[in-house]
Amino acid sequence: MADAVVLRGGRVVDPANDVDGHVDVLIEESRIAGVGVDLILPEGVREVAVPDGCVVCPGLIDMHVHLREPGQEHKETVATGLAAAVAGGFTAVACMPNTEPANDEAGVTRLILERAADAGLARVYPIGAVSRGRAGEQLADLGELHEAGCVAVSDDGQPVASALLMRRALEYAGMFGMPVIDHCEDMSLADGGVAHEGFRAASLGLRGRPAVAEQILVERDIALACTTGAAVHIAHLSSRAAVAAVAAGKASGARVTCEVTPHHLALTDEELDAYDTRYKVNPPLRETGDREALVEAVREGVIDVIATDHAPHHYDEKLVEFDEAPFGVVGLETAVSVCLDRLVHGGVISLGRMVELMSVNPARILDVSGGGLSVGAPADLTLLAPDLQVQVDSTTFRSLGRNSPFDGRSFKGGVAATFVDGRAVFVNAAVSGADQLQIGA
Amino acid sequence: MPQTADTGRDGHSAGTSVLSTPAGLRTTDLLSIGDLSAEEILLILDTAEAMQEVGTRAIKKVPALRGQTVVNLFFEASTRTRTSFEIAEKRLSADTVNVAASGSSLVKGETLADTVRNLEAMAPDVIVVRHAAAGAGHLVAKLCKARVINAGDGMHEHPTQALLDALTIREHKGCFDGLRVSIVGDLLHSRVLRSNLLLLKALGAAVTVCAPATLMLPEAARFGVKATTSIDEAVDGADVVMLLRIQLERMQGHFFPSLREYFRCFGMTTERLRRAAPDAIIMHPGPMNRGVEIASDVADGPGSVILEQVANGVAIRMAVLYLLAGGQGG
Amino acid sequence: MPVVMSSDQVARTIARIAHEIVERHHSLGSLALIGIRTRGVPIARRLSEALAEIAKVDVPTGVLDITLYRDDLMRHPVGPQPVLRRTEIDFSIDDRRIVLVDDVLYTGRTIRAALDALIDFGRPRAIELVVLVDRGHRELPIKADYVGKNLPTSLQESVQVRLSEVEDRDEVVLEDAPDS
Repeated sequence: MADAVVLRGGRVVDPANDVDGHVDVLIEESRIAGVGVDLILPEGVREVAVPDGCVVCPGLIDMHVHLREPGQEHKETVATGLAAAVAGGFTAVACMPNTEPANDEAGVTRLILERAADAGLARVYPIGAVSRGRAGEQLADLGELHEAGCVAVSDDGQPVASALLMRRALEYAGMFGMPVIDHCEDMSLADGGVAHEGFRAASLGLRGRPAVAEQILVERDIALACTTGAAVHIAHLSSRAAVAAVAAGKASGARVTCEVTPHHLALTDEELDAYDTRYKVNPPLRETGDREALVEAVREGVIDVIATDHAPHHYDEKLVEFDEAPFGVVGLETAVSVCLDRLVHGGVISLGRMVELMSVNPARILDVSGGGLSVGAPADLTLLAPDLQVQVDSTTFRSLGRNSPFDGRSFKGGVAATFVDGRAVFVNAAVSGADQLQIGA
Repeated sequence: MPQTADTGRDGHSAGTSVLSTPAGLRTTDLLSIGDLSAEEILLILDTAEAMQEVGTRAIKKVPALRGQTVVNLFFEASTRTRTSFEIAEKRLSADTVNVAASGSSLVKGETLADTVRNLEAMAPDVIVVRHAAAGAGHLVAKLCKARVINAGDGMHEHPTQALLDALTIREHKGCFDGLRVSIVGDLLHSRVLRSNLLLLKALGAAVTVCAPATLMLPEAARFGVKATTSIDEAVDGADVVMLLRIQLERMQGHFFPSLREYFRCFGMTTERLRRAAPDAIIMHPGPMNRGVEIASDVADGPGSVILEQVANGVAIRMAVLYLLAGGQGG
Repeated sequence: MPVVMSSDQVARTIARIAHEIVERHHSLGSLALIGIRTRGVPIARRLSEALAEIAKVDVPTGVLDITLYRDDLMRHPVGPQPVLRRTEIDFSIDDRRIVLVDDVLYTGRTIRAALDALIDFGRPRAIELVVLVDRGHRELPIKADYVGKNLPTSLQESVQVRLSEVEDRDEVVLEDAPDS
């Protein structure tokens, strides 16, 4: 295991340090030791050529992932989830607390971190529950959760329905520098619905979840963030009205950030015709107008983060009537391909902006390391292959979940390799020249 | 009453050639009216008329589906629809099997997928499915080789109901083009509405739908129909008035305050019917809530064709089974 | 396309058959004509008119659609079904002498299907068969009692009967069958 490695000749995109060009990256003792041309290289340094066409960027961070462990290991474990993450180019994930038991106390947090350490793949930043048991009644011990390693709190899966509880959570979690991440949906309007309330659902005889349910809670949360001066992060934004609310909130100075999933950027409710449960997700896939508003918002900078809301389910659980199927799609192993194809190649954003959305901003919002190839930072890197032709095949997924809405589709763009602490945790054999990237494995 | 051979009649496919004229449905399953073209809808109606005659014989049986196995897979109890299908299947000499399965995949018992896989192992030719979840028929069709007929899937569709409604309308009105049809009731939750909408629009009828705003069909304009919350406006000049059942549970969802209020504002009474066309027909898919969506004297009155609808159900189902199950060679 | 029966010949043949029927039956009281769809029907009606003229008797006439009884459809259905039309037999066939009427007798399977159908309607005293053309190639032990014309054919040929009720004229032509 060479202590020093220099990645030669790749295009490096590192917006946090204003870098976009063909430069070398020197890694020493699992940290970034230098980025540039004419670097002073230590003796015995191993030289590795970056494969043609590949792009080196700071490790991608997915701040909305469901690892399902403890309690639902038939859907996913921390180990399989992290294997999926690194295959998808992610060096770190933040995992949601809707496990069984919920991550509402330090013991569960520690368990998750232990499993992550055992797996030795990507970093895990646990997100603690806002309320005990995620029941929305009493605050969980947020201080203890923070101490155990949680970086944010959320009751995801459920909204924080009580405005009073949300206010207290914002104030209290804010003391520890933890944002509250809210799943914004007024359940009295949406409960019972299985698809976006609109023409499609009406044709298909499916109960709807109206977009206004999301809008109401987004507006409430922004108002509360203003009142408390605390930071709120809106999870998986899906509708144009909610986008407008976030834009207005930011303009008025509220500490609000937001995320969008790749599937909401790429798909609409028109996919539902055959009642395929691979498209059943919450928030639901909405109309073209909503999708286009989300893409526009990514272009304009209203959206801060792209996060997958990776939600694996067992095959049997999804092979039921549409009404009965659990909500959720997997996303770790397709996110990069979808974003490169639809956003970068699609001319919506630059590669640099994509890195901001998937690395810089998540690191900043969660206040964790990463997001840049600064000297002294841990050597977490993602090597993208923007021109790689990828055919999505869920049977090859490392995730236990096969419920991908992109199964069988082709995209231009993929991942060549993923490095954590200077060690290759994933190398894509389909990329020519990638075998040399097996560093420190 | 003997007709001259194959003279065309409005709405009939006028055939001049011999029995070898190929006729059938392109679709292998009937899950939605959308699976049928306008010509195929008319073919089903014509075939059903021929099937009606079988019901008038002393021996009400023809060997058309002899040796074929038809499974009635009903997850929702429905004596009326199931009986209608069963009689249709037996009149065609098919072997029928009734499977009353438990409510859904999550209720104790087998999942829908396992139930279908087990059936498939016994190689049925046709499966007739009734289920509380929209898209259940699609799932069954995905998992088995048998022809699947949707006998009602949640709020989505009930194709054979719309077809028997169309047969009834044609018997009284002859032609659909420009026919003024008004449909009143719980549109939001009605599968009968969705199937009828698709069928009537395909055949060129002018459809108006009416319901309280809380039960209105969402995006009605995109469905190509006129929508109103005024019962008087809906009935005005209508050739066909179709009433839909109100489910009593809807009061729990705050859709309307009480049944009495519903009847006052939206119930079909003789008084309201005066605005309709002089020989308007009154329809209802049943079972009726007398005094809620329809007054008793309207249900039993001169314009009511409700019992004919039931009779036509058997003929339509025979026609659909015959046209779907034909071409099953090898 | 050789014309094997002209319009005149068709007319004379039907008239001749009507006379034959009268000869064979002492009384026409229990007789009924049933035409097999499609072209058996106009022939049956013309026979009925002829019998009314010759014997001054109104012989009831019915229409039979045998589509639902065909064995080729049930066992080896190839492609879609033929269009089904109504069977219309307004009288009881019990104890009657039924005269089945069809245009062309070929394999005999249509007649077999017609016999099956009739049995479901009741119990006739006897059934006889009128055909305008017998082209041979029987696959079942079926024979016609009254034949308009015996026409030996090869399997590659097809016999087309045209009647003014359906097409524009009466004639019978022999065609080379198109490749199926």
